[in-house]
Amino acid sequence: MRKAKKILNDPRNVVPEMLDGLVATYKGRVRKLDGVNAMVRTDIPAGKVALLIGGGSGHEPAYHGFVGDNMADGAALGNVFAAPTPDIVLEATKAVHRGKGVLYLYGNYAGDILNFDMAAEMAAEEGIEVRTLLIRDDVASGPIENRRGIGGAMLAVKIAGGAAATLGTLAEVVDVTSKALDNIRSISVALHAGSIPETGQFTFELADDEIEIGMGVHGEPGVWREKMVPTDTLVDKMLEFILQDLPFKRGDEVCVLVNGAGSTTNMELLIANRRTLQVLAANGIVVHECVVGSLFTTQEMAGFSISLMRLDDELKRYYDMPIRSFGWTKW
Amino acid sequence: MLLHVCQQMIGYTDILTEADKAIGDGDHGIGMARGFEAVSQKLAAGSYASLDQLLKIAGMTLITSIGGAAGVVFGTWFRDGAKNLGGVTALDARVLAAWLADGLAAVKERGKAKPGEKTMVDALEPAAVTSSQVAAAPLDEALAAVTEAARTGMEATKDMIASVGRAKALGERSRSHPDPGAVSTYLILKSMWEYAAEAMSPGQ
Repeated sequence: MRKAKKILNDPRNVVPEMLDGLVATYKGRVRKLDGVNAMVRTDIPAGKVALLIGGGSGHEPAYHGFVGDNMADGAALGNVFAAPTPDIVLEATKAVHRGKGVLYLYGNYAGDILNFDMAAEMAAEEGIEVRTLLIRDDVASGPIENRRGIGGAMLAVKIAGGAAATLGTLAEVVDVTSKALDNIRSISVALHAGSIPETGQFTFELADDEIEIGMGVHGEPGVWREKMVPTDTLVDKMLEFILQDLPFKRGDEVCVLVNGAGSTTNMELLIANRRTLQVLAANGIVVHECVVGSLFTTQEMAGFSISLMRLDDELKRYYDMPIRSFGWTKW
Repeated sequence: MLLHVCQQMIGYTDILTEADKAIGDGDHGIGMARGFEAVSQKLAAGSYASLDQLLKIAGMTLITSIGGAAGVVFGTWFRDGAKNLGGVTALDARVLAAWLADGLAAVKERGKAKPGEKTMVDALEPAAVTSSQVAAAPLDEALAAVTEAARTGMEATKDMIASVGRAKALGERSRSHPDPGAVSTYLILKSMWEYAAEAMSPGQ
């Protein structure tokens, strides 16, 4: 079987070496915790509600790259595509806590839930209040309770980061972030899989001439497998799934994120966003802002996702806040 | 006994990898080996005054070293199973029954899994039920029955369709393969039984 070609030292050390690289790059704005794979801001203000995100590594710049000003205060990282263990989450929780509680915000995956829940109980024993919100933006993965977290997660982190920087209580931050989550819908398409650095093996197989809408990053089955089609045909189909799901209506105002899965080029993403905006305009949906880039990836996986977040005045206020992080900076 | 379990589980890496490749991402064998290697190092590094202390440390070590869902699930069995064993220093069939019953309850609570969903619960639950029925027997006899119950439960997962965890996404495709977690559960109990049968004197 074909193996991935990657520039690595010892593949077992990819996560700590990646985090060391970010700390060095960022010149003191973030630090790695001793002995565990967690990244935290160095300048978290006293009395701030804390936002902790996390999950398996390998989705860079998620999640460590979203630690920054008006974004997450910390990120707990597991091995590649594996949940962070409770001790990592607990250490990160203690490192970001400033007396006002901690919001855990992460994707709806069984391994992540088990580990974050256990950490939340351990944090409670140490007197730290934790609330949890799950990201379930993928409309292709069944009823809402089963839905996975994909690219739209980054829009949720943006809003939660803004709310946590502004509001005084954990409950208020939870309310705003819940509203954002209720208004985010995404769908993805896969062209070929990414690989696991430790084994060099790809996570799923898809024929050279096939694409699958809704396919998960570990090869979870999607909703529509087809031969390759032109961008416009594909985007039309993807938006059909998203628009009818919330549903988005004429006159709604949205943010758009067209997110690359890793090896899909900026050219391809811009062509996809071009069509996305045409379809939204035809449906009378107003676009507040577009983000086109690879914010949530799966190694060299090819494909992309489209996410929409419906805005009201409150969500727009938090979306418009400036942010500074390795993965996403906005003035 | 726990050291023997560790050595055996490390030796089962390839079997578990194959089981997991069929319906998962193939990392279960490596994960369990990493976990039990860490436990054996912990055991070598210190001495423990009581069984519950030993099992709690072993459970926490499994949680932090295996990672993913399996770490929490197996670690919770070992750790929370020991919560009512306060100060016990020797393993007998009664202690085994309490450890399995409390461990099962904790795993079900944590993983929100019920029997029939193609998880390790399908092996652990029959093991716990059988264990409570043979709690007055000598340890090696009790473990023989418990291991057989776990094996039967594990075999039954071949006919189930996964409805929780990562294999859930495979749906019908998960049929005809046993659940890797159920295989591990059976192998852990089998290793305990082998040791008890060999040692002849319960509680070593």
